[in-house]
Amino acid sequence: MQPDRKAGAVTREGNGARGRPKPAPIARWEREFPLQTVLREDGSADPSEVTLGDAELLRLYRWMVLERHLDQRMVSLQRQGRIGFYIGSTGEEATVFGSAAAMEERDWIFPCYREHGAALLRGMPLAAFLCDLLGNAGDRMKGHQMPCHEAWRPGRYASISSPIATQIPQAVGAAWAAKLRKEDMVALVYFGDGATSANDFHTGLNVAGVSRAPVVFLCRNNGWAISVPRERQTASATIAQKAVAYGIRGERVDGNDLLAVYDATRRARARAAAGEGPTLLECVTYRMGAHSTSDDPSAYRPPELLEPWRKRDPILRLGLFLRRRGALDDGGEREAQAWAQEEVRRALAEAESFEAKPPLETLFEGVYAEPLWQQREQLQEIRDAIAADPRVSAPDRGSG
Amino acid sequence: MPTMNVIQAVNDALRTEMRRDPSVVVLGEDVGRFGGVFRATQGLQQEFGPERVVDTPLEEGGIVGTALGMALYGLRPVPEIQFADFIFPAFDQIVNELAKYRYRSGGQFACPLVIRAPYGGGIRGGHYHSQSPETHFIHTAGLKVVVPATPQDAKGLLISAIRDPDPVLFFEPKRVYRAAKGEVPEGEYTVPLGKARVTREGTRVTVLAWGAMWHEADRAVREAEAEGVDCELLDLRSLQPLDVDAVVASVQKTGRAVVVHEAPRTCGFGAELAALIQERCFLHLEAPVSRVTGFDTPFPYTLENEYLPRAPRILQAIRKVAAF
Repeated sequence: MQPDRKAGAVTREGNGARGRPKPAPIARWEREFPLQTVLREDGSADPSEVTLGDAELLRLYRWMVLERHLDQRMVSLQRQGRIGFYIGSTGEEATVFGSAAAMEERDWIFPCYREHGAALLRGMPLAAFLCDLLGNAGDRMKGHQMPCHEAWRPGRYASISSPIATQIPQAVGAAWAAKLRKEDMVALVYFGDGATSANDFHTGLNVAGVSRAPVVFLCRNNGWAISVPRERQTASATIAQKAVAYGIRGERVDGNDLLAVYDATRRARARAAAGEGPTLLECVTYRMGAHSTSDDPSAYRPPELLEPWRKRDPILRLGLFLRRRGALDDGGEREAQAWAQEEVRRALAEAESFEAKPPLETLFEGVYAEPLWQQREQLQEIRDAIAADPRVSAPDRGSG
Repeated sequence: MPTMNVIQAVNDALRTEMRRDPSVVVLGEDVGRFGGVFRATQGLQQEFGPERVVDTPLEEGGIVGTALGMALYGLRPVPEIQFADFIFPAFDQIVNELAKYRYRSGGQFACPLVIRAPYGGGIRGGHYHSQSPETHFIHTAGLKVVVPATPQDAKGLLISAIRDPDPVLFFEPKRVYRAAKGEVPEGEYTVPLGKARVTREGTRVTVLAWGAMWHEADRAVREAEAEGVDCELLDLRSLQPLDVDAVVASVQKTGRAVVVHEAPRTCGFGAELAALIQERCFLHLEAPVSRVTGFDTPFPYTLENEYLPRAPRILQAIRKVAAF
């Protein structure tokens, strides 16, 4: 049966508008979920809305500077062939550091793969992160994971997988467990705008809505899922409005505004801890770089799209604000840059001092709590094979 | 000793562990107020409350993903998947997350939990209430896979699985959920994972089986014995870890092996067992290893008796292998 095109027509202007002007649905949702901002683009802010002191802001500013420098340095290292792969967060630093700083130390963080800044803020040594990137003998993951898939148990920073959105129900489970144990722990889970299309996003938010698990769902809406722009990911006008269907609170935050992200996360955390349920925070930001070092955005993204976002640069904005407050000057900025460069240089030297490969037996460690006979036999098998012919362990020369 | 069926033994194991360890929680579809569609969790919510026996929304990926997060935080969740056929929405959470969490974090994190799922056919359930998906999970390093055949093993193995430091898939033989009865000790006891049970000693042919098909194999070896073919029957009980030593010891003695499973033949666990036997018992073998299995079709509704490797088909294989 052919649909009746006239009767069934649904347009952007609304169904059967017939001359009566109706507000466009997009504008309606953007009004309902207004973009929360504290820092204006010129670095000014209403003093009554500033909830962090200068010392803490300066500390986070320096972390953001370090993260930005780390991105540049690691991309260059990858191009030199010294690390295999890297995922940066250039342009998204305020979203990562503002939210992580708003949580309590005892809270768990369930990262996607673009938030290693949160692990650094939680105390993961930079040299340890660089060992992870190198997959060398100093890597706590024993070379089991590719770069940028770090885990940091002492900082309650969970393990990262490449499949999208899987960490969302896991965060709900951890939060739910804390609630059952009557412990004051709120889980913060990060994911991108692409993840909102995944099953695990739906099931995670649904279970959290029903169980009232204390979770903060933080969507880093950076506009792109590799080459797919946000508009092709979902027909929703905003990500935040998706919360409505799960019976939870949704908010839209300027993700390039450290203070706004901090405040919104802080409030969401407080509500979760008070038993008022989870919040979906949409942090609107922009992926200024490639998806990863394996990606080339020039194939799908016109460079002029970046222009408006350069003015909204999160580090620039916070820097302007700190200068207005007298907490930062040219000297302070130079010092922060020099500190970042020195930290990365020193950590890299430390990381590169480890053996290039973890010992052979680590290949079989941690599959199970104790190896089964298969792992024991296969370790002996690879040992014997290498002893018989060391080429078994030689670098791959490729098929050419 | 009380007599129980498999369902009652599972229920008793859950109750025993929940009384012993407050971190044990049960979650899944219909497991709480209703006590599960097979009644395996009956009465648990009444005793332990709705916080520890949780009716979840419907979606297996969410059930397993949530349970995984609970385990990371220190609980011992026992999620139920209502039918093993419905486990596939959770496949990513099981294969890419649960199985790899310890390994990928370099041992920093672990998520011990037990996924219970009724499996197998012979209940007129068609292909969405009859599958035996064990091979998918045995093939994934990091998971343990346990399949009890009897009430006594169901309780002892489930208690071991709940106490195990690794994630375990616990496939329950729903064809014999109520039909298989036996004496089950009261209170706590464990049956170790990775230990097969020689349920009948013999010298001519080794028969390897597990779960519901162990009962068919048991019938077949009794008939074979009446015909003068003295079989040794092993109930493997745990497929990963596998008691390879017990398999090898038996086949080295008999020189002949028949492997029985419900799942389709191609890449079924029987293929792995046949490969292990030829690797380790080659010079002892008197006949090719025979596989009596489900066929390479989806599980059928009407012709399920023809599909299932029941006693008469197993007996034919035993005769053929013995006469080779």
